[in-house]
Amino acid sequence: MRHACLSLVLSLWAAVALAFEIEADLTYPAEVETGVLTILSTADREAFEPILLAFQADNPGVTIRYTIASTAEAMKAVADEGARFDLVISSAMDLQTKLANDGFAATYRSAATDALPDWARWRNQLFAFTQEPVVLIVSDDAFPDGEVPATRNALIEVLRDQPERFRGKIGTYDVRESGFGYLLATQDARASENSWRLLEIMGRLDTRLYCCSGDMLRDIRSGDLLLAYNVLGSYAAAQQAEAGGFRIVEMEDFSNIMLRTVMILNGAENREESAAMVDFLARLGGRPDLVRASGLPAIDDAALRDNVALRPIRLGPGLLVFLDRLKRRTFLRNWEASITQE
Amino acid sequence: MSAGAAAKGSIRRRLFLQLAAIAALLSVLLFLVMRAVAASAAEDTQDGILAASATSIADALRSEEGSITLDLPYSALSMLGTINEDRVFYRVVVNGETLTGYDDLPPPEDAPTLSRNTFSTFEYRGDEVRMVSVARVVSTGGAPSNVQISVAQTRLGLQAISQRISAIATAAGIGFFVVATALSLWAAQSALSPLERMTASVTRRGPGDLRPFETETPAELVPFVAALNSFIARLRASLQRSEDLIAEAAHRVRTPLATVRAKAEVTHRKLNKPEHRQTMREMIRAIDESSRSAGQLLDHAMVTFRSDSLSEEVVDLSEMVQDTCDRLSPAAGLKDVSVLARVPDLPVTMKGDWVLLQSALQNIVDNAIKYSPEDTTVEVALSAGETIRLAVTDAGRGFGGADVEALKGRFARGRNVDDIVGSGLGLTIADEVARAHGGRLEIAANRNGGGACVTLVFPLS
Repeated sequence: MRHACLSLVLSLWAAVALAFEIEADLTYPAEVETGVLTILSTADREAFEPILLAFQADNPGVTIRYTIASTAEAMKAVADEGARFDLVISSAMDLQTKLANDGFAATYRSAATDALPDWARWRNQLFAFTQEPVVLIVSDDAFPDGEVPATRNALIEVLRDQPERFRGKIGTYDVRESGFGYLLATQDARASENSWRLLEIMGRLDTRLYCCSGDMLRDIRSGDLLLAYNVLGSYAAAQQAEAGGFRIVEMEDFSNIMLRTVMILNGAENREESAAMVDFLARLGGRPDLVRASGLPAIDDAALRDNVALRPIRLGPGLLVFLDRLKRRTFLRNWEASITQE
Repeated sequence: MSAGAAAKGSIRRRLFLQLAAIAALLSVLLFLVMRAVAASAAEDTQDGILAASATSIADALRSEEGSITLDLPYSALSMLGTINEDRVFYRVVVNGETLTGYDDLPPPEDAPTLSRNTFSTFEYRGDEVRMVSVARVVSTGGAPSNVQISVAQTRLGLQAISQRISAIATAAGIGFFVVATALSLWAAQSALSPLERMTASVTRRGPGDLRPFETETPAELVPFVAALNSFIARLRASLQRSEDLIAEAAHRVRTPLATVRAKAEVTHRKLNKPEHRQTMREMIRAIDESSRSAGQLLDHAMVTFRSDSLSEEVVDLSEMVQDTCDRLSPAAGLKDVSVLARVPDLPVTMKGDWVLLQSALQNIVDNAIKYSPEDTTVEVALSAGETIRLAVTDAGRGFGGADVEALKGRFARGRNVDDIVGSGLGLTIADEVARAHGGRLEIAANRNGGGACVTLVFPLS
C-alpha cells in the first residue's frame, strides 16, 4: 500500500493562489477517478497518510487533496477568506467550535456519527475522532530514584524542594504563539487554581517556552530538558516507541483530553465523499491497524469511564469564552506575569 | 310497530353527532392550549437562561485605568451549551462602541433599561435567534458609561422541544377525542333508554289493556306519558260508551221481543188455518233469533267489561258443563238434537270468572245446537291433562273451509250459513273469555265425520 502511493504528487505551493499560509499540499489521485475530496487539515502527513490511504482503499474512485496548514491559518482560510474545502480536520477544538457556531459547518447525521458518545460530537456538525491525553513528559534523568510526581500538587512540591535541579530544565508551550498551548493553558486554569501556582513556580525556575510538542521532545531526548509540561501524548508515544529516554505521565488529579475533530463545510462540493470520510473517521476505533499506524488514539468511551481523571475538553459554546479578545488579552497578561516573573 | 309513522331523523344520531362535534372542538382546544402553554414554558426557560448568561456577563464588567474591560465568565457561555446544542452569540457595547463579541449582532429594537431586560427574535447568520439585552451603567474615571450586553442563541433546541410537545399534544387531542366520542355514543344510548323502555312497555301490552301507564319515567317524559294516559282514558271512555250503548240497546230490544213472542204463541195456538200457523211459526223463530242476538250482544258487552277486572274464584268446570247441558237440553229437544255431557269422575277446577266461562260455553253449545241437523248429538267433553280442554263437537255442516281464525272476529260468520240467522258474536265471546283466562279457542273439524269441534283450552291453574 505504501508503495502504491509513490505516485502521489507532493508539491509545495508557492502560496500565491491562497492568501493563507499552507505547509503542504498533497494529492492522492484515484486510478479511475469518480469523485474528489478536498481536506484542510492541521494533522501532519506522517500521522494522517495511513488513514487517507485506507480510506482510498475503501473508496478507490476518490481523489484526495490534502492541504496542511497551522490551526490559526486554517481558521483564517475558512472564516475570513472563504477557502473552498469539503472537510476541515483540526486539533484546535476552540477554533473548530467557533467555525461551527458561526455557521460554517454543515449538519450531518448517520449511524456512524450517532454511535459516537455525546461528548464527541456537537450539533451533528463537529465530530471528534481521536482522544489524545495531554501529558507530562519526564526525562529518565529527572528522578533517578524513581519517585515521579503524579499530581500537580506533588509536582509543585518537587519544584519547590529542588529549584536548582530544575532551573532552566522545564519546558512548556508559549501560549502567545501556539493556539493549542493556549487552549491547554485555559483549560488548566478553568479546572484548577493549582495550575496558576504551578505556572508561577515554573516561571521562577526560568521555564523555557516552545512552539510545538516536537521541539520539547527533542530537547528532552538531548538532555536539555528534564520536564515538559502539557505535551500531546500521541506525539510523545510515537517518539518514545522510536527512541525512549523519557516517561509519559498522565496526571492523576486531572488530565485534559484533546479531541481532534472533523467538520463538513457548508459549501462542500463533494457531499457524498465528505460524508463517507466522516463516517470512516467516526469508525476509526474499529481499525486498530490504522490507530497504530497513525498514532492517533480513537474515541473510546469505556477508557474514560474507567479513569475519572481523564477529562475530555468539552465541545460547545464554553470554548468560545477564551476566544473572546478581552478574555484572551487578560489571560495572556496573567500568564505572562506568572511565567516571565516580570 | 313502525306502521303509520315514518322516521324523520334520529335523536340518537343527532345527540351523538352533537356530542362528537363538541368533543372534536374541545380536542382541538386542548391541543392548542397544551401546545401554547408548553411552548411558552420552553421559551421562558430559554429566556431565563439567556438572561442569567447576560447578567453574569454584566456582573463581570469592571473599570480599569479609565476604560471598561470584561473578563468573560466561562459559565456565561457554557451554561447555554448545557441544555441544548444551539449556537451562541454575544455582544457588549459601551457608549455605542463594541467592546467585545460579534460586531454584527444587531442591537435590540427595544432598548433595555437598568430595571428591564428586553427580548427579541430575529434572523441572524442563517438561523432564527432569541436575544436578551441587559443594560448596565459602569463608572469609568468618574464618568458613567452605558453598557449594553446582548446574548443570543439559535432556537433549534426549542424547535425540537416544540415538535415533541406538538406530537404529545396531538396524541392527547386524538386520545381525548376518541374517548369522548365513545362516551358520547354511550351517553346518547343511555339518554334514550327510558324512551326505549317506554316503547317496550307499550308494545308488550295486550290489545284490550287500556290501563294508564304508571311506571316511573324521567321528568322529561312525564308530560308525554300524561298525554298518553289521557288519550287512553278518552279511548277507554269512548269504548265503554259504545259497549254501554250496545248493552242498553240489546236490553231495550229483548224485553219487547219477549212480549211479542208470548203474544205470538197465544195467537199461534188460536189460529186454525195451517198456512197462517206456518207463518206464525216462522215469525216466532225470527223473534227467537233476534232475542238470541240481543242476548249475545249483552254477553259480549259483559265479557268486555268483566275481562278488565277478572274475578279469581274457583270454578268447578264439571258442574258447569253439567249445568249448561241441562239448561240447553230442552231447547235442543225441540230440534230433536240431544246434548251429551262427558265429564271425568274427579271434579276439574280452575280459577276464573264463573259467569264469563259459562257464557262462553253456552255460546259454543248454542251454536252447535243451532247448526246441528235433526237426530244428531252435540257432545260436550271435559278433560284435564297438561291443559284443561273443554271440547264441543257437533255433526253439523262444519265451517266449510273458512278461515277459522277470522271466525273469532266480531260479527264474522262462516260462508255456509245463509239459511240460518245469527249475529256472529258467539265465537268472539268464547275467544275473548278464553284469552282473558290465559287460554285460547281452538276451532277444527270434527274428527268423527262431518261437523265442527270447538275447544276451549285453559292452562292448569
